[in-house]
Amino acid sequence: MENTARITGKRTATAWKKPVSYNLQKKTRPTEAIIQAFLLFCGVVSILTTLGIVLELGKEAWLFFGDPEISVISFLTGTEWQPKIGKFGVLPLLNSTLITSVIAIVVALPLGIATAMFLSEYASPKMRSILKPILEVLAGVPTVVYGYFALTFMTPLLRGIFGSQNVDVYNMASAGLVMGIMILPLISSMSEDALSAVPRSLREAAYGLGATRLETALQVVLPAALSGIIAAFIIGVSRAVGETMIVAIAAGSGPNFTFNPFNAAETMTGYIARISGGDLSYNTPDYNSIFAIGLLLFLVTFGLNILSRAISRRFREVYE
Amino acid sequence: MEDMNQPSKYAIETRGLNIFYGDFQAVKDISLQFERNRITAIIGPSGCGKSTVLRAFNRMNDFVPSAHATGEVLYHDQNINHPSVDAVQLRRLIGMVFQKPNPFPKSIYDNIAWGAKMNGFRGNTDDLVEETLRQAALWDEVKDNLKKSALALSGGQQQRLCIARALAVRPEIILMDEPCSALDPIATLKIEDLMRELSQNYTIIIVTHNMQQAARASDYTAFFTMDTDRSGIMVEYNETSLIFTKPKDQRTEDYITGRFG
Repeated sequence: MENTARITGKRTATAWKKPVSYNLQKKTRPTEAIIQAFLLFCGVVSILTTLGIVLELGKEAWLFFGDPEISVISFLTGTEWQPKIGKFGVLPLLNSTLITSVIAIVVALPLGIATAMFLSEYASPKMRSILKPILEVLAGVPTVVYGYFALTFMTPLLRGIFGSQNVDVYNMASAGLVMGIMILPLISSMSEDALSAVPRSLREAAYGLGATRLETALQVVLPAALSGIIAAFIIGVSRAVGETMIVAIAAGSGPNFTFNPFNAAETMTGYIARISGGDLSYNTPDYNSIFAIGLLLFLVTFGLNILSRAISRRFREVYE
Repeated sequence: MEDMNQPSKYAIETRGLNIFYGDFQAVKDISLQFERNRITAIIGPSGCGKSTVLRAFNRMNDFVPSAHATGEVLYHDQNINHPSVDAVQLRRLIGMVFQKPNPFPKSIYDNIAWGAKMNGFRGNTDDLVEETLRQAALWDEVKDNLKKSALALSGGQQQRLCIARALAVRPEIILMDEPCSALDPIATLKIEDLMRELSQNYTIIIVTHNMQQAARASDYTAFFTMDTDRSGIMVEYNETSLIFTKPKDQRTEDYITGRFG
């Protein structure tokens, strides 16, 4: 039987589910259609969720700005945030968010890229197999633990170094530094992925011209991985801007317009966390203000995303 | 080959070279002399260690953690296998062109200029780029687009750019590891013409799968094959015309006539 099939080259009724068919009319394939519909559904759910969040934020923020005593301009430019006396200037909160985030990035970006560079260009496979899991553990620590780490370790350390009269018990520097440690594994692992994705042939080309390891890493591999590293940077910034627990615990719980990182100052997220857990009644301007702040936060991270896309597109034009 | 007392006669020479990957011996006891300003082809079936030997000449095997070599590779009277040899400096003297074109994701101009600047070039970069691209027979095709990305070039152009990039650091020897295997026949011929041109000033060692290429383009040919224990060995080395017309070894004859491999 088998032999015959092989010789004639025809499908036999016993071995094949269906005999050969020359009907080339389009068939409906129900499983394909179902799976396609399911995938579409998943995509739509995430889009709708995002839209829902934006709408909800917008609606509540609209209530807040609908109050005749509050204007968008005074919200964005006011330097005092004192809801009790009707002063809703978001700058103290925004400023504190930016300072803690900048401190975090200043810590995490160089360390993260250096770690990634070490892991992908220098470390032996054995070294890598030890270091990577340790970094991943760092990424798995709950942020509330980081918050207490900031409060009970970083703050005393800073006070010990700079003097307790100069450093508040709650201060932005401590929160920012620990936030930097928190986003370090994120940046280093994303950067390492980007660096490792650079083809080996490119490294060989550089080595073949007599480049040293450092020249190869800095001048060939790093530029080739730049768009991935920028993405890591932006995600790191977004994490820092949106991080709540660490700043709520360690940065202070009162709006304070200051550029001194050793002072206490509440961030946007810290304020939202405090108010939403508090005993304020709904539909007061105080309560509604958190939605305005949430909307602003959303716009900041959204803007960063747009920026990152623009930057990476720009570099792609240069490099590809 | 005739006179072993004048090592400087050869561009590079191996004596009893063995290369191992871990416990596996990839090539066994290779002794070869490469003539200056000539093209020497290394041919043989897949897995016979041709590329491994080639990569020993500029210590590219250093990047394979399990690889180590014994025996001698003599270059300017120094055994470059010796750990005291600076592989970075060595690679500035012995350039390499790889199997797949691998230009940097930079502009055509920067592809040429980067290696030269890194090697301490302080002259006029524009002149260097033009001169090198002319040497690589690429200038006329790219002169108006020097700032364009090298990745926009065709495969054959990219490979000539890679040759130009290697030339720009002014090496003495150019190693080519199957430089045409990813190219179409026209681009291949262009590279072969270019090799012929370059051999006036450079020593070229080329590994190739393509026997016709070796026959067309090289002055000397070394035939490698696999021993019974799968290690690569050199069977025969001679002038290309002799290897292809009067091979001395049966295995060489079998290979070049297509009975094997």
